[in-house]
Amino acid sequence: MATQQTRALGKLAVAPSVFALFVWMIVPLAMTIYFSFLRYNLLDPNIACSLMHPGQLFDAENRCLAGFSNYTYFLTDPAFFKAMGNSLILVGWVLGISVAGGTLLALLLDQAFYGRGFVRIMMIAPFLVMPTVSALVWKNMMMNPVSGFLAYLFKLVGLQPIDWFAHAPMTAVVIMVAWQWVPFATLILLTSLQSLDEEQKEAAEMDGTPPLSYFWYIVLPHLIRPMTVVILIETIFLLNVFAEIYVTGTGGRAGNLPFLVYQYGLISNDIGGASAGGIIAVILANIVAFFLMRMIGKNLEA
Amino acid sequence: MARAVSKRRKLIVTVLAWSIGLLIFFPILWTILTSFKSEGEAIELPPKFLFFAWTTENYAVVQERSNYLLFAMNSILLALGSTLFALVIAIPSAWAMAFAPGKRTKDLLMWMLSTKMMPPVGALIPLYLIFRDFGLLDTRGGIITVLMLLNLPIIIWMLYTYFKEIPGEILEASRMDGASLGKELLYVLTPMAIPGIASTLLLNIILAWNEAFWTLALTTKDAAPLTQFIASYSSPEGLFWAKLSAASTMAIAPILVLGWFAQKQLVRGLTFGAVK
Repeated sequence: MATQQTRALGKLAVAPSVFALFVWMIVPLAMTIYFSFLRYNLLDPNIACSLMHPGQLFDAENRCLAGFSNYTYFLTDPAFFKAMGNSLILVGWVLGISVAGGTLLALLLDQAFYGRGFVRIMMIAPFLVMPTVSALVWKNMMMNPVSGFLAYLFKLVGLQPIDWFAHAPMTAVVIMVAWQWVPFATLILLTSLQSLDEEQKEAAEMDGTPPLSYFWYIVLPHLIRPMTVVILIETIFLLNVFAEIYVTGTGGRAGNLPFLVYQYGLISNDIGGASAGGIIAVILANIVAFFLMRMIGKNLEA
Repeated sequence: MARAVSKRRKLIVTVLAWSIGLLIFFPILWTILTSFKSEGEAIELPPKFLFFAWTTENYAVVQERSNYLLFAMNSILLALGSTLFALVIAIPSAWAMAFAPGKRTKDLLMWMLSTKMMPPVGALIPLYLIFRDFGLLDTRGGIITVLMLLNLPIIIWMLYTYFKEIPGEILEASRMDGASLGKELLYVLTPMAIPGIASTLLLNIILAWNEAFWTLALTTKDAAPLTQFIASYSSPEGLFWAKLSAASTMAIAPILVLGWFAQKQLVRGLTFGAVK
């Protein structure tokens, strides 16, 4: 159907995006892999290099080959296990909360009631708040142990207010991030609910199907696919949570993998170690991406 | 559509939904209210909801002290600049893939999507060094390019799904009538593509406005957008809640308004067309 001329033109039209994305993907990744095999520190005259290979530095910037030592160092750093643990806790909890909460909220929003459009935007709003704002609002106005709103509520019911960031930093981060991602799940699941066949709904109603079995046999199977999409997409984003941890200063105890890499690189100036950490993060993300891509790819066929 | 819903049930659901909605929205509402309080009243317990001395001085002080307008201007320039830049590259690509698909088009789309899966920390170090060596740190051009590349896959995907919905018969009809490729583009495709392009633009402005990894890592002052401006309030000496609230309100208000219009686009864009 497409003529020779349009084909050639099509290739020309696609070329800039392909080129831009190729460079964007390959150059930094190749450099990160390269750096991950070097001893490379931005600040120090590289002591490690001069000790290991006296008088034979790798290049002018005081770099020398490190073999796999950056990887072994990073992978055996207790901070790595902590960060991995924190990453998993964050992803796991936020996923659980947002799929369960998102389903309930989507079911609620799918009902008929007054002011539905307004309630919907109120429930979606947290997703539109920039992460640095959300972090500071929660840290101060909500969770401050003295004058925060939660402290006020705790005192109101006679409980001792929690000093969230001192005693439960991980819980605090999970609450903050979940507040932003439950709305996303709600939005996706609601969109999908609204595409549920109206006739099916009516038929179930006429047959007098009890609400629970209606949910179990008709709604839930319909939601499985969008739920999977929510889980995969949120995982990609949640593995990369950074601003909330950076801005609230919880990196020391609730820091995740991205924060640890940031610490290695831009705080300790250990470029080699940070690069090894970056590559480990890439490998982990790719495992998730593999499943997500298969799902979206299947959809492309349909 | 006319399903009989009893009035009582509708009222109960209304109360329930509004309560939960307000609960979820509360931190934002509280921020907006606090922004109109004096610093003293902002930390007072028990908190006052509506009956306090309303004042707009926080907004004036925020603007004066930390030069809000410069950051806001940067946010606008970065969001708009990166989006338009990406659209210029993406529109021809998405057009070609939708209307003159080759054997490899699907693979190509999947590959573009896969670049989005790359965690930013995997590229942080080299990008930081490249920016440092080429003097791009804290420049608008540098960060616009990064944001453009970051969102290019989503833009291409969204445009592709919109262009795909334009019926091919119309194109064939116009070709039969002897329309040249240029005319086909200008008179047939463009008017039909405008809504899709507008939706894509909207979604991408929201994403670029809120992007808080690269903007925090690669800007400090001159090119810093509102994400960085708010982050500067995290230092202990910047903790004045009423002013923090005023700054926050100004940073999120435009996006809340845009988001109102963009709910559908959010779903489509962020799920790469997997949920429509």
